[in-house]
Amino acid sequence: MYGGGYIPKEETRKTVVNDDPDMLAAFEARVARGEKVEPRDWMPTEYRRQLIRMIEQHAHSEIIGALPEGTWITRAPGFRRKLALMAKVQDEVGHAQLLYSAAETLGKPREAMINDLINGKSKYSNVFNYPAKTWADVAVIGFLIDAAAIVNQVANSKGSYGPYCRALERICYEESFHLKQGHSVFVYLATGTPLQRSMLQDALNRWWKPIMHFFGPSDEMSEHTLTLMRWKVKMATNDDMRQQFLSLYVPKIQELGLSLPDAELRKDADSGKWLFGDPDWAEFFAVIRGNGPCNAERLAVRKAAEVNGAWVRKALQQADARYVTPLA
Amino acid sequence: MSVEIQSLDPRVNRLGLHTHEPGSPDTLPPHDHWGTYQVFHQKKRGDRHTAVGIVHAPGPELAMAYAKEQFGRRGETANLWVVDTRHVMALDYIDQDMFATTPEKTYRDPGGYKVNDKIDAYREKMSHEHTP
Repeated sequence: MYGGGYIPKEETRKTVVNDDPDMLAAFEARVARGEKVEPRDWMPTEYRRQLIRMIEQHAHSEIIGALPEGTWITRAPGFRRKLALMAKVQDEVGHAQLLYSAAETLGKPREAMINDLINGKSKYSNVFNYPAKTWADVAVIGFLIDAAAIVNQVANSKGSYGPYCRALERICYEESFHLKQGHSVFVYLATGTPLQRSMLQDALNRWWKPIMHFFGPSDEMSEHTLTLMRWKVKMATNDDMRQQFLSLYVPKIQELGLSLPDAELRKDADSGKWLFGDPDWAEFFAVIRGNGPCNAERLAVRKAAEVNGAWVRKALQQADARYVTPLA
Repeated sequence: MSVEIQSLDPRVNRLGLHTHEPGSPDTLPPHDHWGTYQVFHQKKRGDRHTAVGIVHAPGPELAMAYAKEQFGRRGETANLWVVDTRHVMALDYIDQDMFATTPEKTYRDPGGYKVNDKIDAYREKMSHEHTP
């Protein structure tokens, strides 16, 4: 799932490292030619740091993203829906593992990333700090949040870092199953009884704000952002991805006669751009700072999983085992 | 202040978790998630095994169990290999230039031996010589 172009600002920026200008020029030429960067290549210090941060937060979002939906596995309506939801949630955890591996190739061990997650140092997609209250939430998450994630991940899969692109290729394939099964649940509820329809409308109303937040606020077109785009770390602006998402999916919601809780949402005929009301960025930043409805629960559950599993992992340790950074 | 977490998920409630659960920055010690294995996947009997990714595991048996789950859970799979990453020797890309001239070695390729022009010229020449 996930994606989310938004990477929260860092509270403390490290001092800028001056990389060898010749190596930097050769690196930029390679990226400009469309060649992939591989783990043991020379890369700018800032490139490595930003990628670790971005891929790590993507991984955390996958593993935390499994939690709101996982809530509904035991209560899925019917065996096929249960099987599909189990498969989807397993995929999300698998995506976290693929992404942690990609980040590991840049030199940060998985334990360090998980420590930073459960101690609140690194972030994950804000959208997972909201509760999945009814079965209709599973429809909205599976259809629309996965769709938003695909927009982001398809863009990122054309980036410059080889291991991340390869992980995303596999992830995008699995996400398309998630989207299809989410759409299926969505359509069944939308075309079902009046009660099912109203349940879906309620879920849509509650999730629309987090969905509008998903890609983050407009990018500051700073030197830093432009560098990340030149290095093919950031592949599209948050606004462009949001516009793409709205163009693809608002019609699919409206064709089912459902409404969206934003009176100002419409496509401007002249510019072809979607216009929308204030998405309440104050709430977005409050949730990032840890004050969303489920932040505490998500981290506590994640921490409990690691702490409760520690004895099993320790019992399986083998004396000669040693960690080495994976190759690709 | 720490309060008990009330979740929509009964499984979470059964854990009896609290907000601000105690934890230190080094909750997981180094190597807690074991070492890594490189996974190679064969789609159909007769195909090559292809590197598909890694798994973390304490030994080859569990690495194989994780590999089946992570890389064999959909689509076709005929076979899997897992190899301890420590046992893979890899070149550095910085040395890639050692192969730079290989594509130029056309004397190693079937395409490096083109004689049709000569045959055609010879036949042309012969046909003139034998024309009275």
